[in-house]
Parts: sequence; C-alpha cells; structure tokens
Amino acid sequence: MSVTTDRIPEKTPDAPGEPTSATRRRGWAGDVLITVLSIVLALVVGAVLIAVADPRVQETASYFFARPLDMLQAAGSSVANAYAALFKGAIFDYGAETTTAAIRPITESLVFASPLVVAGLAVGLAFRAGLFNIGAEGQIILGAIGAAYVGFAWELPLVVHMVLALVAAMLLGGLWAGIAGFLKARTGAHEVITTIMLNYIARFLLAFLLSTTAFQRPGRNDPISPQVDSTAMLPQMLGSWSRLHLGLLVAIAAGFGVWWLLNRSTLGFKLRAVGANPFASRTAGIDVGWSTFAAMAIAGSLAGLAGAFQIIGTERSLTGGVSAGIGFDAITVALLGRGNPFGIVLAGFLFGALKAGGVTMQARTGTPIDLVFVVQSLIVLFIAAPPLVRAIFRIRAQGAGSMQVSKGWNA
Amino acid sequence: MSTATRERLPESSTIQQGPLRKPPTWKSPIIMGVLGVVALLAFGLASNAGDTSTFGMSTGAQRLQIPALVLPTRPAAIVLSVLCLVLAAVAAAAVRVKRPVPLAVPIGFAALWLLAFLVWSMAGEQVPLPGLLGGTLLLSVPLVFGALSGVLCERSGVINIAIEGQLLAGAFASALMASVTDSLWIGLVMAPVAGLLVAVLLAMFTIKYVVDQIIVGVVLNVLVVGLTGFLYGRVLVQNADVFNQPGTFSRIPIPGLIEIPVLGPALFNQTIIVYLMYVAVIVTQVALFRTKWGLRVRAVGEHPKAADTVGIKVNRIRVQNVLLGGVVAGFGGAFFTLGSVGAFGREMTAGQGFIALAAMIFGRWSPVGALFAALLFGFANQLQGTLGALGSPIPSEFMLMAPYLATIFAVAGVVGRVRAPAADGQPYTKA
Amino acid sequence: MKLELRGITKRFGSFTANDSIDLVVEPGEIHSLLGENGAGKSTLMNVLYGLLQPDEGQVVIDGERVHFDGPGDAVAAGIGMVHQHFMLVPVFTVAENVMLGYEYTKGGQFLDHAAARQQVRRLSERFGFDVDPDALVEDIPVGVQQRVEIIKALARDAKVLILDEPTAVLTPQETDELIAIMRELKQSGTSIVFITHKLREVRAVADRITVIRRGKVVGTADPGTSEAELASMMVGRTVQLTVDKQPFAPKGEVLQVEDLSVRDDLGRTVVDGVSLDVRGGEIVAIAGVQGNGQTELVEAIVGLGEDISGSIRLQGKQILGLNAKEIIDLGVGYVPEDRSHDGLIESFTVAENLVLSQHDRAPFGSGLLYHPAKVKARANELVGEFDVRTQGVEATAGSLSGGNQQKVVVAREMSRPLKLFVASQPTRGVDVGSIEFLHNRIVAERDHGSAVLLVSTELDEVLALADRIAVMYRGRVVGVVDGDTPRDVLGLMMAGVPEQDARRQAAEQGPTALTVQDEEARQ
Repeated sequence: MSVTTDRIPEKTPDAPGEPTSATRRRGWAGDVLITVLSIVLALVVGAVLIAVADPRVQETASYFFARPLDMLQAAGSSVANAYAALFKGAIFDYGAETTTAAIRPITESLVFASPLVVAGLAVGLAFRAGLFNIGAEGQIILGAIGAAYVGFAWELPLVVHMVLALVAAMLLGGLWAGIAGFLKARTGAHEVITTIMLNYIARFLLAFLLSTTAFQRPGRNDPISPQVDSTAMLPQMLGSWSRLHLGLLVAIAAGFGVWWLLNRSTLGFKLRAVGANPFASRTAGIDVGWSTFAAMAIAGSLAGLAGAFQIIGTERSLTGGVSAGIGFDAITVALLGRGNPFGIVLAGFLFGALKAGGVTMQARTGTPIDLVFVVQSLIVLFIAAPPLVRAIFRIRAQGAGSMQVSKGWNA
Repeated sequence: MSTATRERLPESSTIQQGPLRKPPTWKSPIIMGVLGVVALLAFGLASNAGDTSTFGMSTGAQRLQIPALVLPTRPAAIVLSVLCLVLAAVAAAAVRVKRPVPLAVPIGFAALWLLAFLVWSMAGEQVPLPGLLGGTLLLSVPLVFGALSGVLCERSGVINIAIEGQLLAGAFASALMASVTDSLWIGLVMAPVAGLLVAVLLAMFTIKYVVDQIIVGVVLNVLVVGLTGFLYGRVLVQNADVFNQPGTFSRIPIPGLIEIPVLGPALFNQTIIVYLMYVAVIVTQVALFRTKWGLRVRAVGEHPKAADTVGIKVNRIRVQNVLLGGVVAGFGGAFFTLGSVGAFGREMTAGQGFIALAAMIFGRWSPVGALFAALLFGFANQLQGTLGALGSPIPSEFMLMAPYLATIFAVAGVVGRVRAPAADGQPYTKA
Repeated sequence: MKLELRGITKRFGSFTANDSIDLVVEPGEIHSLLGENGAGKSTLMNVLYGLLQPDEGQVVIDGERVHFDGPGDAVAAGIGMVHQHFMLVPVFTVAENVMLGYEYTKGGQFLDHAAARQQVRRLSERFGFDVDPDALVEDIPVGVQQRVEIIKALARDAKVLILDEPTAVLTPQETDELIAIMRELKQSGTSIVFITHKLREVRAVADRITVIRRGKVVGTADPGTSEAELASMMVGRTVQLTVDKQPFAPKGEVLQVEDLSVRDDLGRTVVDGVSLDVRGGEIVAIAGVQGNGQTELVEAIVGLGEDISGSIRLQGKQILGLNAKEIIDLGVGYVPEDRSHDGLIESFTVAENLVLSQHDRAPFGSGLLYHPAKVKARANELVGEFDVRTQGVEATAGSLSGGNQQKVVVAREMSRPLKLFVASQPTRGVDVGSIEFLHNRIVAERDHGSAVLLVSTELDEVLALADRIAVMYRGRVVGVVDGDTPRDVLGLMMAGVPEQDARRQAAEQGPTALTVQDEEARQ
C-alpha cells in the first residue's frame, strides 16, 4: 500500500478531530470580530487620507513644529466633518429641518443597497459553486438592457409589465453568465477570464445598441434610451419623498431564496458539492458540467435583477453608465458577506450606506466619493487576511484562516 | 454537457511509451480556413473592380520620401485573402504531422485578415500607412508593459489581476511627480515606484497572508481607483497647474533607422517610453528562457515543490517577480500621462489592464507572444479609429470587442490551446 | 559519510509525527526504513532533507552537528532524495531538470545546456541508464523518470541517497533492476536510505533495517529476520492477512465485460481488449502494478470513462454508454482508489458525504426539496453500523482519519442494495484495524450475493480476498487464475508473462530474489 496523498502530517486514528460545534461557534464569533475590526481599520486609513489631502492641514503642517496643535485641530475637524457628512448621508441627518428629510438618508442607503445585495448574491452563489464570477458588471448591463427594452418598447398592464421587465432582465443576465458557465463546462475555459472579457463585450454591445434606432431616444444624439413606461416601474414604497422602491424587498427575498437553494434544495446540494470537490461529485453521479452551467446562469439572473433595479427602480432610462460599477462592488459585497446569503444582505446594506453617505460627503465637504472605494477595498483586504488584522490589534489566533476561493487558471 | 476533465496524480500516469502531449486539434485550421474563404468572398470577390485603396508610405520626418502606394482594391484583397488561406494550410500541415501550430501563424493570420478587411473597407480612400502602424504601436504600449507584468508574475505562479491598478498607479504618480518637480524624468522614475507599491500589497497579501490571488487582484484595482480618484479630486483638480501639468516626452527620432521605409517612422520616431518597451520585451524574453534566473522562475511556476527540493526559495522568487512585474507595469502607466495625454484623468486606464491580461494569455505567457498579441489588439483598436473616420461599414463597437472575443476563443481552445504555468494561482506553503 | 539522526521529534499541532527517533546510516550501507503508511517515515526524511524543521533533536554528519534551513543545505551536505512523487518539472527537458538549482552557466547568468547534457550522458553511461538528455520529462515513462531523479541526486554529488517508496510505481522486473542499481551505487560508496513498507524488498536488499511505528523507532533488524517478525514489528501485533471466509458459491453472471478498450485523453490505448466476468457471490481481484489500465477499466465500468469501445453488461443489460448516475441507480457501488480526491468532499459533513450519490433520492430528496433531518438520521445509523469514529455526523469528513474516511465511503456505497460492488485500493493509506474491518465487510458483501470486483496493487490483499484473480499488464488481461495461485507466478504475470509460461518459468527458475523469502515465510 502506498500513500496516496501528499498531505503532511499523515493522519493517524488518534489524531485529534477537528472543529466541535463549540470551536465552530468560537470561529463564528472570531469572524464577526475580524469583520468589525476590519471596518474600523479601513475607516482609520480613510481618516488619514482625508486629513492628509485637506488643504488646511497641509497649510498648518508647514509650521507643525512651531504650533503642532493647529495641524492636529485642522486634521481632526476635516475628518470629523467628512465622517459626519457620511453619517448624515447614510443613516440619519440630524441637522435636517423636517422628519422626512432627516430619515431620507437611510432610505437612500437602502436604495443603493438593493442592487448591491442581488449582485453580491450573484457573486456569492457562484463562490459556493466553486466559481469566481467577475462578470456581474456585464450581467447587470444585459439585465438593464432587457428591463429597459421591455419597459419602453412594450405596452402592458400595471403589474404584468413590471414582472415581465424583471423576467427579461433575469433571462438576459442568466444567458450572459451562462455563456461563461457553458464554456467552462464544455472547454474548461476559466470563468475569471471569460467573465472579464464578457464584461467588456457587454459594455460595447450596450454602446452599439444605444446607437441603433431601436434603443436610442428619438430626437437625441447622445446614447440614451427612451424612458420606461410608468407601468413597468417598481412601485415606490414610502411615497414621493423617498426613492425607496420594491426592489429592496425583492433583494431581501432573493437572499432568503439563495439560502434556501443552497441549503434546502437538491440543486443547491449539487452546486455546493461541485464547488467543494468536482471530482468526488462526478464520481457520485452528479453532472458537473450541468451544475457549473446552472450555477452561472442563476448567478447571472440575480445580477440581471440588479440591472433591472437600476432601470425600473431608479434611472428610468438606459445609458452607457447604467451598471455604475455595481458589478465590481458586488465582488467586495460577496467577500465581506463571506459567501453566506445573509452575510451578503448585511454587507450590501453596509456598502449601500457607504455609497449614499459618500454622495452627501462629496456634496457637503468636497471629499471625493472615491474615498468610499478605498474604505470598501480595505475592508475586504483586511477581512481576507485575518492574520494581518490580528497582528495589528495583537489578538490571539482563532477562527478562519486566509480566504481562498479560486484555483489556478488550469483548475 | 460533458463533465470536468479529470486531474491525475503523477503516480497514476500510465507506464506506456509514446508521446504524452495532446495532439493539436483541427479546430484552428478549420476556423482559419473558413475565415479565409469569407475574406476571399466578401473582401476580395465582392468588392468593386475599379476601386483603389491608397496607402501613404512616408512621413515628413523622413528624408527619403516614397510615393503613396495605390492598390487596386479587389486584387489586393484577393492576394491578402489567399495569403490567409496559405497560413490556414500551414496550420493544417502542422496538425497533420501532429505538431503544435506555431503562435506566429494565428497572429499572422489575424493581421493579414485585418489588412484584407482594411483594404476592402478603404476602397476609394487614402490611409497613411506609417501613421496606421505608429498608431497601432502607441495603442499597444501600455498593453505590452501590462502583459509583461503579467508574464513575470504568472510565470512564477502568481496570478496578477491587478495590472489595471498598477498601470493606473503608475499613470497617477508619474503625472503628479513630474508636475511637482517639473521634471519628466523624475516622473518617469516615480511611475515604477507606484507600480511597485501596488505590487508590494499584491505580494504581501498573496504570498505572506496566502489570500486568494484573484481576490487580492480585483480588490487592489478598486483600491487604486479609489485612491487615485480621491487624490485627483482633492488635490490634482484643485491646483492643476502645480499638480497635474506634467507635459509629455518629445519624440526621439533614431537617425538611420527612421529611414527604413514604412516601418522606420512607425517604430523609430517614438518617445523614450516606447524604446524602454523594446528593451523590456527583449530582456524579459532572454532572461526567462536563456538564463539561470529564468529557469528557476519557470520551475517555480510549474512545480514549486520540485524547485523547493533543489534548494530554490520558492516564495522569495515569487515576491521578486511580483515586485518586478509592478515596476514594469508602472512604466506602462507613465505612458498614459507622460507618453501621450500629458495629464492624469480619473480612471484613465479604462480597462487597458484587462486587455493586457488578455494579451498575456493570448501570447501564451511569453514576452514576445504578448508583444504580438498586444500589437494585434492595438491594430484592431487603431483600425476602428481609422475606419470610423472613413465611415466604415462595420460598427466601431464590434471592432473594439475584438480583443476580448479573441481571448475568449483562445481560452476556450478554439484557436490553438493555451496552457498556463501549471502552478499558476496556487499558493505555496510548506507542509 | 556517516549520517546520524539523534532524537528527532517533529510535531504538527498536538500530533507527534516523529517521537525522538534515532537512526544511524553507516558509509556504504543500504539502510532500510520500514513502516506502515502514516508511521512517520516521510516526515523523518523531510526533516533530514531540510524540508521540515525538527522540534527537537539533531542531524549529525561524520560526527559534526549540522543544521539544514532548506533542501539546499542538505544537498550541499551530500544528501540526495528521490521523492515518492517525482520532483521533476514536466515541461522541462531531462537536462534542465538535472541542472535546476545547480545550473551550469556560461557568461555569468546564461544557461549552458551543452554542459548539462554532457553531465546527464556521463552519469547515465556510468550506471547503464538509457536517458536522453533532451527529452521532455512529460514524454518519458515513469521508470525512466525515476532514473532522472537518481541522476539529479548524483549530479549533486550525493553521498547519501534517500529513496522514498521507490518501487510503488514499478513492475517486479523494474524493481529488480532498481535493486541492481542500488547495489551498484553501494559499490561506488553511496549510502542509501530505502524507505518502504514492502517486506520482501527490504529483505532482498537491505544491510540493516530500522522499523518505525506511530512515529517511534520500535526496533532494528537484519535482513535475515523473517517476514512475519518484521510485519509484527511494523504493525505492533501479529497480523493476520488472511481473512476468514467461506468457500465461494457463485450464482449467475452479474458483470460481463467483452473486448473493452479505453483510450485516454491523449488518444493512447490504456485498456486494450479486456474481457472479464464476475459472478454473484464471488470476489474477482484485478492484480497488477499501478498504472496498467486498472483505473481506466474500473472507471469505464462505473460510467466515468470517456473514449470507450466494446461491451459492458450488468445482468445482461448493456451499461456502456450510461452515465455514472444511471449506473449507480442500477445497483453498482464504487469505492474509488483516491479517496480524498474522488470519494469524499472533505469540507462537507459526514452526513452529507453519506448521501453524496443519494441526496436527490427518497427519502433524502424529492424533486427540488432536500431534507437534512432525514439525512442526519440515516447518517447516525450508518456511523454506528460501520463503526465510523467521528465527533458526530455534523463533523467535516476532512476531520476524520484515513481509515474512518474510507469507512464513510464504503458505508455510503454499501448502504443500498447492490448487484455489483467495485472497490479500487480499498485499504490504501488505512490503519490496520480498519483494514480488517473493511476486508470483512467486503467478504460479507460477497456472501450476501453481490458480485465484487476488487482492484489492488497489493498482492497480499489480492491473495487474502480473491476467489479469482485477473492480472493486468499494459492495458491487457494477461490471464485469469484461481485465488490460490502462487505469488511468484502472479509476479511474473504482472510483468506480462502469460500464465502457462509464468508457471513453467517459476518452476524452472526456482525462487527469485524476491520470492525466496516467500518460501521462507511459508515454512
């Protein structure tokens, strides 16, 4: 008998078993701790950036050694102003004159969060099936194309129109991601490469469509489509003072749906099995190619929903910038949510709030919204490398190790 | 739908004699043949008999002026299409004797096919050839630097999705530093430093903290977009004459070489950054395939454990290569600002880093292959611009899609088979 | 060069892989390190080779204490190692592999291929290897790759050569050749550490034997020690490799394979016109050296192969062309040879693994619905029935030991009514206690009336279980013989000698180096 695995140490019968439910619970608490600390760290780095880039801080820094307090004060007030504006724009505007104006920010956060949640689910679901879906951006574009076309070209009664627009978005998004799934299943083409390429193809396809008579708004020379009919719009849930639309509930329902799919359905079992070990799955009679395709197609239809939210939730017409980078934000959302559907919903809320707050921060303090990208990416980098966060805060190792999802190009 | 192909452990490989490499498939000769016939019918036989396509052959910078080349459209397109078919036949011959199709064949085919397309679509028009080629070269410069960064990283086994971020960081740093110091040269030196900083993060997270390489790459791109965008909005825009007016390098014509007909002005009347690119491609190619260092790098990317057992420090080599890649990509970033636009703009790399990734894959992880793939992509892009000006029959968006489609075909095995280094993307940890 | 290991201890977490091991290798001796899988042999050698740092203890060469930070230091000190999984870069040539890390250069940094070629030629001539320095490693057979590994070590002036399970991939004849090479190396003054778990080979070539068990040295022996003694030192108790089983009472034909050929994805024929049948209530074992088509034959039968021609019938029904799922549903159970790769999902729970192929069948699934509670209830039953030692059915399969993982796979496959049970290397990497349990279950399955097809590269296992034995060599069945066929006849057949010739040769030649001990063991 020869040893078949390279693993060292070789396991013996009396080697200690792995996580008991108690250690697993501790691991979960560790995850939460790491997440919170990562957010704090990212905000600290963001604060440093705000301070360094502030003109008054630069000015006072020039005589730092004469009057150090001046600079510290300038730095403190620039950071405090920016983050206060961020909070006011994201959660609650305590300086506002009316109640609705005060609570509108949190509804704005939820508006930004809705497409992030479904697109994050699109990336997260693919993660669980062992696939790295970098293509949410392209799938969102296709979804937006579908929703917009159904929305402005067809005339249908109230609810039917909206539902069909959503369905069209899911179909086109699913189809677009399905191409990558099909190629992976059939030829082994790595989904990271194909989905990146499909993102750009989608972008040019959209640009082309917006130059055709079928899509371009009559009387306009710039690439913009007609407005979708009001029958196709997702209803606003709070009245005219807020843009909050039904998409939020759809997104939360999608979170439950993905959880159910993964944990309570036979298809989800297959997807998880193929994601964890395609070889053993194949031996157990699971059709690996089909599961790969199905995972990508479902993921794509979720991302397509995000495209629909953009059109029939907020924007009303299709433009070249319809995807608004949501597809890339979705990757960070899925990573922050650690591939868990409920985690992704929460992560989507957080990043939605950062976005809404970032808009206000830019408008009121002149701090560019790009800061939000910095904070967002740092959060994900930190949670992806728990040992780094532990080292910074000097806490003892427990819980998860570093994040590993994808395999090499040849896998 | 077929199921995933099975990986085998080395020990279960069969004890049988015979060549173990997969014979090449007929797919690529067939596709080339079909496309060649399409070219012959559509561009050659279907064009108007009397039309001419005119290529300008010289620029003002040359002492020796060559008259414009006036080609009768139909015969010229036919000749080019037939040449395409000849290359298809070469590919078929290679497959027949079960040899892999050389990389030059599909790349040459694509170039000839695009030329045939160009000749057909410029019937009755004039296009300056040196300008076309020079434009192609300029569009491919950042792609080449980016792809070289990818080659350096991935040959050692680290996937580099952060090329885009490295380019953008290089573009930002070079513009800012050149403006502040009022020296293009200092700007040119700071670009690789910025690329290096991104690479430091990439190396730290992927190698030290063993985080998934694709995740780190994707997230670093977002980080660099955010950082440069933030500083651009807060600093560069506020005071553009101090912080964002670097100017551009002027062209340095190389005496003698510039007189080479057609190619001279395209290749040898360029800025220092382009000349640096030539050097970078040659040095990387030679170093990877002819030196001790290159042998070790490739071993680390193919079979890190084997390299470790002969005393090669796997992760040290990987760190070195990732950092080196960042430096190279940084120069590519400088091209955006100091080599062409003359100022930094938000997200100005606009996805070029991903086309660079595509060029690396299409060029089969070799520096020279990546160069030609980048030139091909640049050519498609330049053609799109040229034809747009002429009023082309094909929407420009489809021309812009070409590199991405070509890459999908390449990874799906339609045009030859691309094989990444075996350990690419897999972290190496001892025991 | 005299090599000593003193009190080497290596721990992984709370698990001690090596527990104060002492080992002395005298100059020019072949020292065999004997132990079961998982006993800690490879860990010890990785410590010696600088791949792992010991927690305690020291390495001493010629009386001087040395410290290895990495393999580079070990190589510089004159230690060479041929790993069980060859450490060769497949896309490099032989010459490039030989010089890697020890490059011949000219003009500073440029590779000198000519010098490397010359070195390969010189060494292969000296030891009579037939190795082409310009061949790509991926193009040459495993046996030759092993020689490249030996050349690689010799090119670095190895004074001590460690061979880690070198015969696992070799035919008996190639093994004899390797033994000759080892003797020649010894003549030229190289010491050899020969790591194996194969008792016969140890006795044929070793000057001294050190036996380790569960990370500890349990004793040293000389080659005259009987096989039974060595075996009991190795496993810690008297092993009984023969399984108590009733004479077999075959019922009707269950599996009929006719003229089956399989080509791999490179287009080579790996199974070549195989015909074979297995009846209900009988165990047919396929014997052969690893890599002679057994894997592909079995995968074809269970619906996992791709390019297949011929016929496979299950109780008269043609199953060639059906997919794995359909064949599972017809009542075929399958234990794949590479458990962690193909048998289990290590990140899934024990319960999920127990229903991997049945998760969408009643009562665990109905349509799109999956019922975790029922899966868990069933898992609790099976864990008890198959004596799976686990913290619970919700523990991940990866947390189990090899033997218990294998019990999970076997439990899953035997937990439903079977017509045919196919087991590939069912006890590879499994502790002795579990081996006995698994063997008994396999025999029970036979007695229950199932047809059993067993693939094993271990002759001991084949001889213990089989009612009939089919020997495979280079994709063909050399012959089908009775379960009590002598070991030396089987050995010759495994090298491709037809049954009649094998019996004649075995009778004429008398005992060979390897089989002589077999006779002793019987006495």
